[in-house]
Amino acid sequence: MAIVNNRLTAEQYEQNFSDIHPPFESREAALIEANRCLFCYDAPCMKSCPTSIDVPKFIRQITTDNPKGSAHTILSANILGGGCSKVCPVEKLCEGSCVYNLMNEPPISIAKLQRFSTEKAITEKWPLFRRKPSKNKKVAVVGAGPAGLSCAHALSREGVEVTIYEKESKGGGLMTYGIAAYKVTPQFCEEEVDFITSLGGITIKYHQELGKTVSLADLQHQYDAVYLGIGVGLARQLDIPGETLHGVEDAIRFIYNIRTNGYPATPVGDKVAVIGLGMTAIDAATQAKRLGAREVTIVYRRTQAEIPCTEAELAIAKLDGCRLLWLAAPQEIRGENGHVTQLVCRQMQLGEADASGRRIPVETGETFVLEVDMVIKAAGQMPFEGLISGNQLENRYGKITIDATGSTNLRGVFAGGDCVNGGKEVVDAVQAGKDGAKAILEFLKYFSGFGLHG
Amino acid sequence: MADLSANFLGIKSPNPYWLASAPPTDKQYNVLRAFEAGWGGVVWKTLGSQIKNVSSRYSSVDYNGNRMMGFNNIELISDRPLDINLREIAECVRLFPDRAMVVSLMADNSREKWHELIAQVEDTGAHGLELNFGCPHGMTERGMGAAVGQDPEIARMVVEWVMEKATIPVITKLTPNVHSVVPSGRAVVEGGTNGLSLINTIQSITGIDLDTLVPNPNVAGKSVFGGYCGPAVKPIALKMLTTLSQDPVTSRVPVSGIGGISTWKDAAEFMLLGATTVQVCTAVMKHGFRIIEDLCEGLSNWMDEKGFRTLDEFIGKSVHKLTHWEDLDINYHIVAQIDQTKCIHCGLCYIACEDTSHQSIDLLYGNPYNTYSIREEDCVGCNLCKLVCPVDTCITMVEQRRGDEYVNWMEFQRRGLPLNDH
Ligand SMILES: Cc1cc2nc3c(=O)[nH]c(=O)nc-3n(C[C@H](O)[C@H](O)[C@H](O)COP(=O)(O)OP(=O)(O)OC[C@H]3O[C@@H](n4cnc5c(N)ncnc54)[C@H](O)[C@@H]3O)c2cc1C
Ligand SMILES: Cc1cc2nc3c(=O)[nH]c(=O)nc-3n(C[C@H](O)[C@H](O)[C@H](O)COP(=O)(O)O)c2cc1C
Ligand code: SF4
Repeated sequence: MAIVNNRLTAEQYEQNFSDIHPPFESREAALIEANRCLFCYDAPCMKSCPTSIDVPKFIRQITTDNPKGSAHTILSANILGGGCSKVCPVEKLCEGSCVYNLMNEPPISIAKLQRFSTEKAITEKWPLFRRKPSKNKKVAVVGAGPAGLSCAHALSREGVEVTIYEKESKGGGLMTYGIAAYKVTPQFCEEEVDFITSLGGITIKYHQELGKTVSLADLQHQYDAVYLGIGVGLARQLDIPGETLHGVEDAIRFIYNIRTNGYPATPVGDKVAVIGLGMTAIDAATQAKRLGAREVTIVYRRTQAEIPCTEAELAIAKLDGCRLLWLAAPQEIRGENGHVTQLVCRQMQLGEADASGRRIPVETGETFVLEVDMVIKAAGQMPFEGLISGNQLENRYGKITIDATGSTNLRGVFAGGDCVNGGKEVVDAVQAGKDGAKAILEFLKYFSGFGLHG
Repeated sequence: MADLSANFLGIKSPNPYWLASAPPTDKQYNVLRAFEAGWGGVVWKTLGSQIKNVSSRYSSVDYNGNRMMGFNNIELISDRPLDINLREIAECVRLFPDRAMVVSLMADNSREKWHELIAQVEDTGAHGLELNFGCPHGMTERGMGAAVGQDPEIARMVVEWVMEKATIPVITKLTPNVHSVVPSGRAVVEGGTNGLSLINTIQSITGIDLDTLVPNPNVAGKSVFGGYCGPAVKPIALKMLTTLSQDPVTSRVPVSGIGGISTWKDAAEFMLLGATTVQVCTAVMKHGFRIIEDLCEGLSNWMDEKGFRTLDEFIGKSVHKLTHWEDLDINYHIVAQIDQTKCIHCGLCYIACEDTSHQSIDLLYGNPYNTYSIREEDCVGCNLCKLVCPVDTCITMVEQRRGDEYVNWMEFQRRGLPLNDH
């Protein structure tokens, strides 16, 4: 038993990490699907999209041979509409509310059509947007993730000059560093970032970390407004014995390694336990399996009725051969010579329902032992509490508090995305970026003299 | 099991389905395959002076992903030598004596040419002749085809020439490229034709290539008006057929119905409006001869369900259900009703009524599903919401008469009853 890299051949990696939702093979195939769309009025799918993409309109534009119009319809509501078409959990968003579900018919493949309409626009950098004349305003955005990019694009379209400060060497945030490789590739993320910045008026400064290389005070000083889209940080600690043993890994770090170092270079164990059952846990488990781990067990305190991930996500893990252990709460990680060898779990059972109606797992008093050589922790992520509190930003457990306009307690400082909501989906972050841009534009109009400069 | 056999002026066929005069009937190879598949008869591709066709020849109108909702051609009559056509016709008659063999003709514009052609065709053993007065393109320039059909007096004259010579039944095929088919129909019936058929194709332009700006079909950068057919023309054909069935002169002779027939239902409709047989072209050009199976089976099952043992028992049965607008009952009133258990909340009824009809549907906002309900007092019973609804039985129209007695428009005015005040 050991944690090693290079478990598979190049072809095996290629196959294991190929696109999980392949695109339409041809225009005809897309047309067949597009023509199924009923063109609903006040469409449920549109209402179920956090960015309110006019889905019936963009699908109709596919059928009328108006690809530019279709891409524009999508991207004007959601500038990461390309990426979203690959990563959105559509079964609980647009597709989940497609009226065909009510006829017990498969819903329209909205995401697949959205991908069809956006992919070309992004790779060929169609000039779908034009900037308004310069407003002579400068805004700093911290974080080139979905929230920051969306905010920057919306501002730049309005003629604002935007500078993005990003601590990593690439843009895209968790799109680039966190989301499963079989959903979206780092190359696509890079193209998407390039497409967004091809509008002009957006400069991304990489290797710039707020709190280290730049300070919020400096940004407030140099710019007319600041937008924080810094996301959330690493996985929550389990606070159980053995967490520092070699072979205990944070899910976000594990996935980050896959996405930055490549598949062969990322080590994985023979027998892996993944703790948690959110999106991150699923992604870590399936990717561990796809990297060549022999046995992957997902350990979850509750039952299938309470899972935070969607059924569709769970199905991916099951199909990949991941084992699910319900009602199991990690108690201790044991090791030999500093290396993980066992995970001890408490056997739980479901008790009374809590205020939200979810039944609370309670201990049975029994424990059992899993023989493992790697433990991946995915029990939720933690906000950058230190950074946020240190800058006197009002927050709740590290989640930045914003008011109805999108503003933080600091004048001219706005925030959105995971760093505010604690971690939702890409599409929520994109909408947050739009909302932030709107709030900033309002702010710039009324506080034209803002800033310690000039 | 219903008896599908048809008898058109003594021309018998095991079912009422004939292939219309067109490429599917232009050679022995096709016609034998059609007979093997089960077609009741054919009208052989129009014969006359041999011509030369161009390339390309067809174009179509697609609708919401469905191909060939409407079909268009710029072909002429048969481009094969007459003697080969005649030999093949004789062979087909010999091999399938139980099927109808009607031959379409368009001779050059003289009595002698018509007589000569009729004699040659009758020698093949064919059972009937169809006079092509309807081809809307290519032939008109030579004083033939539609030009003949468009001028009732010329049409009457040609039919008189034909009747001098013909010893087998003569069907005259009418062009729809006139404002009414009745004048030409009457003229040819008075000229002696034994039967009628309609419609031939409707002059059209199906579309333009928006890259080259050349209309379809493209022949070396140019195009011409073509002849339109297929499902798109069916409603027009049905109306024209009905006017023949209603007219005291044209209704004296049997009609073979043509125009957009693709299913057994289409065929039943043509027959209900007076057609004795029906002819099909575009549907087989799209799907091949195999559709004959369902054409027969569907019609037979429907006849069984309705208790019709023979075609004659329902031919023409819907003609008298068409009346004049002034005779419609104004007291008849229906309102839409939405079955909420079937509603899928697509909102299509709402937006149609709201934007274009009578603003009679209420929208109760919901996330993501709105609830839609009819305000009966405002509903005029136009059917629009029911027509746009994607769920078949979700919206029904319910009768709510405005009065017990029948009141038509004349009576309504006479009594000075109130008109709308909004
Ligand atoms: C494993 C995993 C899988 C996921 N899968 C999906 C999925 O399938 N579909 C989906 O829709 N969502 C998924 N999500 C959620 C989604 O990735 C996030 O909701 C989304 O990326 C949030 O966008 P954001 O811009 O708010 O934050 P982030 O994407 O986290 O972007 C924040 C950016 O700020 C930068 N940054 C952070 N701190 C600083 C600093 N101090 N100075 C400068 N820059 C800084 C970061 O480097 C990053 O580029 C997943 C998340 C995880 C963790
Ligand atoms: C390619 C093509 C060629 C045709 N040629 C003839 C013809 O030679 N003589 C004729 O009477 N009608 C001709 N027609 C008209 C058809 O016989 C028929 O009247 C018309 O297509 C309507 O029927 P449909 O809707 O079933 O196609 C032709 C139609 C097509 C599509
Ligand atoms: S029948 Fe016409 S008027 Fe009545 S609700 Fe439907 S669309 Fe509106």
